[in-house]
Amino acid sequence: MSKLIDRIIPDPVRCITGISAYEAEGGFRALKKAARAGPDFVIEEIVRAGLRGRGGAGFPTGRKWAAVAEDTATPKYIICNADEGEPGTFKDRLILEKNPFLLIEGMALAAFTVKAGVGYIYLRGEYPALFHLLEDVIAQCRKKGYIGPDFMGTGADLELYVHRGAGAYICGEETAMIESLEGKRGQPRSRPPYTVNYGYMGKPTLASNVETFANVPIILNIGAESYSKIGSPESPGPKLFSVSGDVVRPGVYELPMGVPLSEIIYEHCGGIKGGRALKAVIPGGVSTAVLRSDDLACRMDFTSKCEGSMGIIGSGAVIVFDEETCMVHTAYRIAKFFAHESCGKCTPCREGTDWIRAILLRMEQGLGVEDDIRLLREVCGNIAGNSFCALGDSAAISTIGFLDKFGDEFEAHIKGKTCPFGGPV
Amino acid sequence: MLPAEAVSQINNTLEKYPDSRSALLPALYIAQRHVGHLPLDALHAVATLLDLPDAHVRGVASFHVMFRDSPGGRHLVQLCTNVSCMLAASSGLLDVLKEHFGLRPGATSPDNRFTLLEGECIGECEKVPAMLVDSDVHTGLTAESIIEILARYE
Repeated sequence: MSKLIDRIIPDPVRCITGISAYEAEGGFRALKKAARAGPDFVIEEIVRAGLRGRGGAGFPTGRKWAAVAEDTATPKYIICNADEGEPGTFKDRLILEKNPFLLIEGMALAAFTVKAGVGYIYLRGEYPALFHLLEDVIAQCRKKGYIGPDFMGTGADLELYVHRGAGAYICGEETAMIESLEGKRGQPRSRPPYTVNYGYMGKPTLASNVETFANVPIILNIGAESYSKIGSPESPGPKLFSVSGDVVRPGVYELPMGVPLSEIIYEHCGGIKGGRALKAVIPGGVSTAVLRSDDLACRMDFTSKCEGSMGIIGSGAVIVFDEETCMVHTAYRIAKFFAHESCGKCTPCREGTDWIRAILLRMEQGLGVEDDIRLLREVCGNIAGNSFCALGDSAAISTIGFLDKFGDEFEAHIKGKTCPFGGPV
Repeated sequence: MLPAEAVSQINNTLEKYPDSRSALLPALYIAQRHVGHLPLDALHAVATLLDLPDAHVRGVASFHVMFRDSPGGRHLVQLCTNVSCMLAASSGLLDVLKEHFGLRPGATSPDNRFTLLEGECIGECEKVPAMLVDSDVHTGLTAESIIEILARYE
């Protein structure tokens, strides 16, 4: 076998949904290598590679795997977070459509390494077609012995199941996802204890994003040394960017970590549609603060910062806005999303997100009053740092980002008593 | 009460999980597929099967947008109006649906064919605007194509 899987999505057009096609591409070489070399080798390689979780938080993956591996409680579980709900994000869907065996190989590697016997793929309810595809892919892997009883001749058993979510953004939050998998309302848990020690059914659990699992076979295939040289030294590796909005060629792009935002937009996506000018970019899903056209030099990885901005890469969802987009309307639509998705567990988020929504709506409708900008900032300040999980913080970060970067548009709405862009609310 | 087939399908999902409570979401999906929506007696049947309190099952069902407590139309239309689709003027399509099918967000058409939800992101952001009709994804919608597509659902 000469071929080697060294990309997450080797071919943007073809869907590798038959196991022999995946094997012909070099599939399962990493799993075979791991079965020979042992669990410690896998963890060492991931640590040396410097892989960080692709779900948004960027936690060092090697440390997570080691923590679950070291826990002596049994049974252990692995969970793949495929509840891709961050608006503008569709990279995990592409992995599952184009190269689903790569995820299964990554999960089998994880189960082997941390000694878990059961794994779940928590799949977005909005991806019904993928439910059947994944069940078929799992059945193919089981038949070939890559998973199942005595998988890979390890003497251990591994069963993987697809668990379908039912349309709740909050279930993408790790502990809410576990609550949901346990048949409860998807509301986040307080931490500690952490998932690695007290996860599903109170047992050690490895929970990672689809893209994170998909990176592990690549590390073992090309070696930690080569992998760590891809992209940014502090957060290396390939990264999938979901680009949408007013660009010529929206889509998913697999690029080295640390790629400048301007390169994604102008070189890979062909610039702004219709020859218009760029006004704003949301760099990493609606939970990240909006950027202006003069921030485009910033690099897309877990450590880069843009002026006045917290983390920028988030889920890697780049949403591009041209000069004709109303920023108040955009801020309102995002606030409406957070208000709808707040799980209701804590007061700052439950009440605050709806206040943000209501104030932004009246501004967009031309009914805003002079004091509204101050009020918005006050409400955001009461949520940030006080909400139970990151959902409330995200709503505040988003709103404050719009106020900081496009304050003039908010003032224009209030002074003019109308939306200067003829807003469609 | 649930049809016998639904009960056996729910029982089959139990083997995937270490406890029966974890099978609640799949059980609710199965019940809804057979009944069409989730009335109180269907929720009670699920609760009994999984040995859970009724209130717990109701709480979980009402937490999720995919579970419906009333019959609604024969087809569920979820048109995305979140940011990426918003930029492709998906709100204009809401007007088209109102004019052509008498559909309003959150309501059912007079002929009981469709229930419309103004949906959140469905992860089809590169081919906007996008919608889900039941389990089918439709993308790159226009005022003309959305009428044409919905005409196929009786």
